[in-house]
Amino acid sequence: MIKAKNVSYKYSNQEGKDYFALKNINIEIKEGEFVAILGHNGSGKSTFAKHLNALLLPLEGTVYIDGMDTREEKYLWNIRQTAGMVFQNPDNQIVATIVEEDVAFGPENLGLEPNIIRKRVDEALLTVDMFEYRKHSPHLLSGGQKQRVAIAGILAMKPRCIILDEPTAMLDPSGRKEVIETIIKLNKEENITIVLITHFMDEAVNADRIYIMEEGHVVMEGTPKEIFSKVDEIKKLGLDVPQVTELAHMLIDEGIDLPKDVLTVDEMVVELCRLK
Amino acid sequence: MPIKVENLVHIYSKDTVFQHVALDDVSFTIEDGEFIGLIGHTGSGKSTLIQHLNGLLKPTSGKIYIDDVDINSKDVELKFIRQKVGLVFQYPEHQLFEETVYKDVAFGPTNLKLSDGEIKDRVKNSLELVGLNYEEIKDKSPFDLSGGQKRRVAIAGVLAMRPKILILDEPTAGLDPRGRDEILNEIKSLHKKEKITIILVSHRMEDIARLVDRILVLNKGKIQFFDTPSRIFKEAETLESIGLGIPQVSDLIRQLRKRGFPIEDCISVEEAKNAIINVLRGKKNA
Amino acid sequence: MLKDITIGQYIPGDTPIHNLDPRIKIIITFAFIAALFFINKFFGYLFVVAFMIMAVGLSKIPVRYIFKGLKPLLVIILLTVALNIFMTEGEVIYTIWKLRITKEGLIQAAFMALRLIFLITGASLLTLTTSPISLTDGIEKLLNPLRSIGVPAHELAMMMTIALRFIPTLLEETDKIMKAQMARGADFETGNIISRARAMVPLLVPLFISAFRRADELALAMEARCYRGGENRTRMKQLSIEFRDYMALIITIVFFLAILWSRYFVK
Repeated sequence: MIKAKNVSYKYSNQEGKDYFALKNINIEIKEGEFVAILGHNGSGKSTFAKHLNALLLPLEGTVYIDGMDTREEKYLWNIRQTAGMVFQNPDNQIVATIVEEDVAFGPENLGLEPNIIRKRVDEALLTVDMFEYRKHSPHLLSGGQKQRVAIAGILAMKPRCIILDEPTAMLDPSGRKEVIETIIKLNKEENITIVLITHFMDEAVNADRIYIMEEGHVVMEGTPKEIFSKVDEIKKLGLDVPQVTELAHMLIDEGIDLPKDVLTVDEMVVELCRLK
Repeated sequence: MPIKVENLVHIYSKDTVFQHVALDDVSFTIEDGEFIGLIGHTGSGKSTLIQHLNGLLKPTSGKIYIDDVDINSKDVELKFIRQKVGLVFQYPEHQLFEETVYKDVAFGPTNLKLSDGEIKDRVKNSLELVGLNYEEIKDKSPFDLSGGQKRRVAIAGVLAMRPKILILDEPTAGLDPRGRDEILNEIKSLHKKEKITIILVSHRMEDIARLVDRILVLNKGKIQFFDTPSRIFKEAETLESIGLGIPQVSDLIRQLRKRGFPIEDCISVEEAKNAIINVLRGKKNA
Repeated sequence: MLKDITIGQYIPGDTPIHNLDPRIKIIITFAFIAALFFINKFFGYLFVVAFMIMAVGLSKIPVRYIFKGLKPLLVIILLTVALNIFMTEGEVIYTIWKLRITKEGLIQAAFMALRLIFLITGASLLTLTTSPISLTDGIEKLLNPLRSIGVPAHELAMMMTIALRFIPTLLEETDKIMKAQMARGADFETGNIISRARAMVPLLVPLFISAFRRADELALAMEARCYRGGENRTRMKQLSIEFRDYMALIITIVFFLAILWSRYFVK
């Protein structure tokens, strides 16, 4: 579905000095996968996300979306329709003054028939559970609701893959929960490939696979269990691990017989009851 | 400098169809030098409450005393209150506007009409308090800084008012884990060094649990709880019902108790480790 | 404090006037305004009054809202009246100092005042009964034929939509920045004009920066959603002309003819 081969990208800063935002990135994501890309601010993860929607083009290397090379202009609109993108700030990606008009914005740009647009808009709003708000004005919605409207706006374009660039960074806990639940639902029920860019480890726990980026490189790759069991390495990268994983790690150091890859409270309870 | 709030009520758009009660009969006292966590679901009245504490909003009814002064009485100058109570809004870096970091941090003290020497002292001191190098940064444009640095400069701008009470509304929103921990550690050392009262609004229970003396929980404009973290996190069901969570360790302890583990309360990973080891080893020794 | 400002004074409703096609409503409003300029005797205003009573009655908009639109323009109306009273030559009925009030002046002033009042109330009725979004749609569709001569119809409409979308967001932001600067001792309320203007700098600079940042991000988000201008773009909501629109047009034509009749055939 997505294939990045030896991708590098350079920015120039104000003094005119170049620095690499991405260096030799190799990432492959299969159809239907849920992949999280973790890393702290400035690690290059957002720059990478923009490559997947052809908003940025690689300086070196190639990005293929569903076999289409992003540098080929003839594929541009096809790529943007195949790989939809949701951004961080919910306020700055809603265009229209009414929820359903905003969701219609994408399909309208695709030049679809009005009755088809209507159908897609209604479906998309039902999927993200915002149908009853279709006539509302976006600025009166909560952050989580706005972000779900933004997701519906992408869904209405029938993408096969959605890239979410820190979609929960500006939300409160309940908003974050709404958005993450929606993302999981899209992956499981609609079989949409998900690329979730985040710095919240508790969101990455839901993914099939995690890539960790640091200074433009991919430094780790694996399943959440593989990644988070390396508590010390993750902490050194300035990222969080779940509290129970950290606890398990400490207990193991004390000689207690626990698996290293405990991620949730429930798993931990089961393990400790076994020892009791 | 205690904060005393008595029967505070705030109603937005009173007597219109949009009437909305944001704070409903809120009373509490915060002692000098306390570190308070303020939590509540969006719309619980948190922002309304903190804006009352430095006079940006006026109560519909009720009284607020800072250091025994009724801040809404006619003969109190607003500047007096603004100087005592510093308020750092969410995403404070969005308020930076000057050409240099120095000028921006000096904005508050300049408004207080202090002498140039005093202003310089305060700017230098405030920037150092948030962990920035004064000489290196003072002449830079605030807009050329990184996200975390911008936020610190903005916080320094409030600290330069030399408040005795500092209120921070989600100072770590949007920061990555490293930036978040740095800011929180600075706030913690600020509390220790300067002995000021701190009110921290945050959604992150793990941070709240680790830092504060007491937690004030607001729900629908009323005080739900006002107690120590370990006691508050025992109320997991109530907290969840009002849209708040508890730290993972607190949840773990709660689940373990349900399964008959004789384990004491803990709020940090370290404490939990010791408690679990005690239970497991105690078992083996017995 | 800024939350009290309402933009566009649309009052939702489900009346024949609300439900007219926005294009028809815009055309009727222009026809109505044009008709006002054809009136040359007070008799003609009878038709205007009748037309307005019918329109306002059907729209169920409270009359005080219609007149509220006059308030901000009161100065202009009074100025027009004053100019007409004093500047028109004719039979002098009263003199104050060097100013002469003439009979023709009084008539002319009353005439102009009525024209302005009806012009403003007529336009207010349009904005009161049409949501900004359908107004935008209507303008876009009406301007569409002019695209071939270079009128950027789609772009204008898109700009209006985005402005409407971001006005509440930016107002909220203004409120927030103002409070944050006030917490640092800024004073927006006292002092003379110059010091007040200077006090706006800490508000305006962050506001502009934020507006540009938003514009940047919005442009990116629009591009990511395949926006490429008005070419080949379709719309979900189609405007359609229905029976009531034809009725409204016929009534307007009759009204227009009546005005012309009053101008050219009534002595």
